Amino acid sequence: MTNGFFTFNAQKQQLICQGIWDVSHLSAIKKEFRTLTLPTQGEFQIDGSSISHMDISGAWWLQKQLNRFAAQGLMVQLNAFSESCHELLILVEKETPTKKEIPKIRIPGWLESVGRFTIKQLDEFCEFLAFVGHLTMEFLRVMRYPQRIRLNSIADTIDLTGFQALPIIALLSFMIGIVISYQMGNQLQKYGANVFIVDLLGLSMLREFGPLLAAIMVAGRTGSSFTAQLGIMKINQEIDALNTMGVTPAELLLIPRLIGLFITLPLLTIWADVFGILGGMVMANNMLNINWHDFLMRFQHEIPLRTLLLGLGKAPVFALLIGSIGCFQGMSVQGSAENLGLRTTRSVVLAIFFIIITDAIFSVLYSKFKL
Amino acid sequence: MNTQINIIEVNKLRTELGNQLIHDGINFSVERGEVFGIAGGSGSGKTTLLRAMLMLLRPTSGSIQIFNREITDAHPHELLAVQRRWGVLFQQNALFSSLTVLENVMFPLKEFTRLDDATIRELALLTIALVGLPMEAVIKYPSQLSGGMQKRAALARAIVLAPEILFLDEPTAGLDPHSAAELGQLILKLRSTMGLTIVLVTHDLDMLWHVTDRVAFLGESKILCIDPIKKLVENPHPLIQEFFDGVWKQ
Repeated sequence: MTNGFFTFNAQKQQLICQGIWDVSHLSAIKKEFRTLTLPTQGEFQIDGSSISHMDISGAWWLQKQLNRFAAQGLMVQLNAFSESCHELLILVEKETPTKKEIPKIRIPGWLESVGRFTIKQLDEFCEFLAFVGHLTMEFLRVMRYPQRIRLNSIADTIDLTGFQALPIIALLSFMIGIVISYQMGNQLQKYGANVFIVDLLGLSMLREFGPLLAAIMVAGRTGSSFTAQLGIMKINQEIDALNTMGVTPAELLLIPRLIGLFITLPLLTIWADVFGILGGMVMANNMLNINWHDFLMRFQHEIPLRTLLLGLGKAPVFALLIGSIGCFQGMSVQGSAENLGLRTTRSVVLAIFFIIITDAIFSVLYSKFKL
Repeated sequence: MNTQINIIEVNKLRTELGNQLIHDGINFSVERGEVFGIAGGSGSGKTTLLRAMLMLLRPTSGSIQIFNREITDAHPHELLAVQRRWGVLFQQNALFSSLTVLENVMFPLKEFTRLDDATIRELALLTIALVGLPMEAVIKYPSQLSGGMQKRAALARAIVLAPEILFLDEPTAGLDPHSAAELGQLILKLRSTMGLTIVLVTHDLDMLWHVTDRVAFLGESKILCIDPIKKLVENPHPLIQEFFDGVWKQ
């Protein structure tokens, strides 16, 4: 009887509260309270002399019950509550926010969300255009004073985004080369047209896969790191500091990154081409009985230099896309760590999205001009 | 409940960070129900001492007893029981940026109690009202609030589980004098209504003067003096004189 939090004395119409009334016991208190049978009318007393400790949540709950009793028309009298318990009850009664004060989070309807989303995307696109324009102006300004070009930062970017990406890009394009010539080789073997693997591999690798592969890897590796670096600097107000010192962030941070990427991505594309062809050669040698010598002899006859140049021509465009999207997302970070994560994701997703769109546009243009 | 007088006891505490000696033989105790200030110049190891007490940093040697329990070599399980009985207000507030104010305050209740969602919500709202935040703020994210409101929100999160000890790390840093004074009043009000013991790390003289019962002054890797602030300012030690002189003169 005395282990719980309540003892109800029906004769005296007295409810004795006892034990520790704090937040960790509140759920047990509530549970036990539900099992009590209390009078539904008249009056009764609540005795608090055996409460050993009460905190705000205990007081809040008791006060809530008292208010409920009052609403039911029950006369309730509090007896022998300690001074501090009384203070807590008064405090809780005074401070409990009324329902009206609490703002509701409005959940917009389906149509409204779609509309809001669209407008937000359009807004961001406009901001992106403004950002690109601003960057162009800054670039022209910096070009007029060549001593303002930060060669060290450019070299750093080349090292980070180019040199350090060499192994992973080599490995990936080698694998893709193997996969392509394995899949195509299977079909070609059926017609005894083994030797055409050279044409197929050369064209697809140099024109499409090399540039795409390098660009997608760089978007994942470098675009995201641009966003994260700039975003943290934005949160730490480092960008603001630069602005107040009269050194524009574009000059110190953005343009060197863009120039660096502009230099490295075409180089990485050639690197990817070489290893892709190498992978294909290994497969052709093992599966299709085309030895190294035959492969290379046919390669130089069948694949014109134009193919390489057409593929390579896309790389600088991809570089500008990745760099400007990465920098834009980084500079748009606001406030919190969550926003930084969101922006980094967006940077990679958007960069890859636009790389593929641009690649499609290039294909159409090339075929229009019969290249 | 526990009735022992000393709620925190630190003995012969020694901390080194890298090769740098931060604390060398720190002894003090905090009594239940008092506001204990820790003061000292920049770099005197105030925050490091606080981090050691919170077990965010393992001291090189010495003992720290909280609720009569040794925490320097406590089992993680035991430590959890102690951690539930204290609340911490960090210098940078450390509010979860992806949650609204209300969700931030509800978080400890959700983790540590078995209450239903409606109750948790109402308790959290009560606590938010108690620290004097307007109700419009509850659905906002921390980054949308001013510095003073962020402090209050973080304070609400620290006290929502009705802790016995409240650790405050530079609570007035970055606040204007008016907000700082209000925060001081709020802390005193919470102490009397909730029966809190408060450990306050600060170099804000107004806070030290109006809020604390006793102040420990850190310097030269040691505690130079533990006294009520009125007595502390008369201590002839050059570091203490320098600390207070610098401000009185302004």
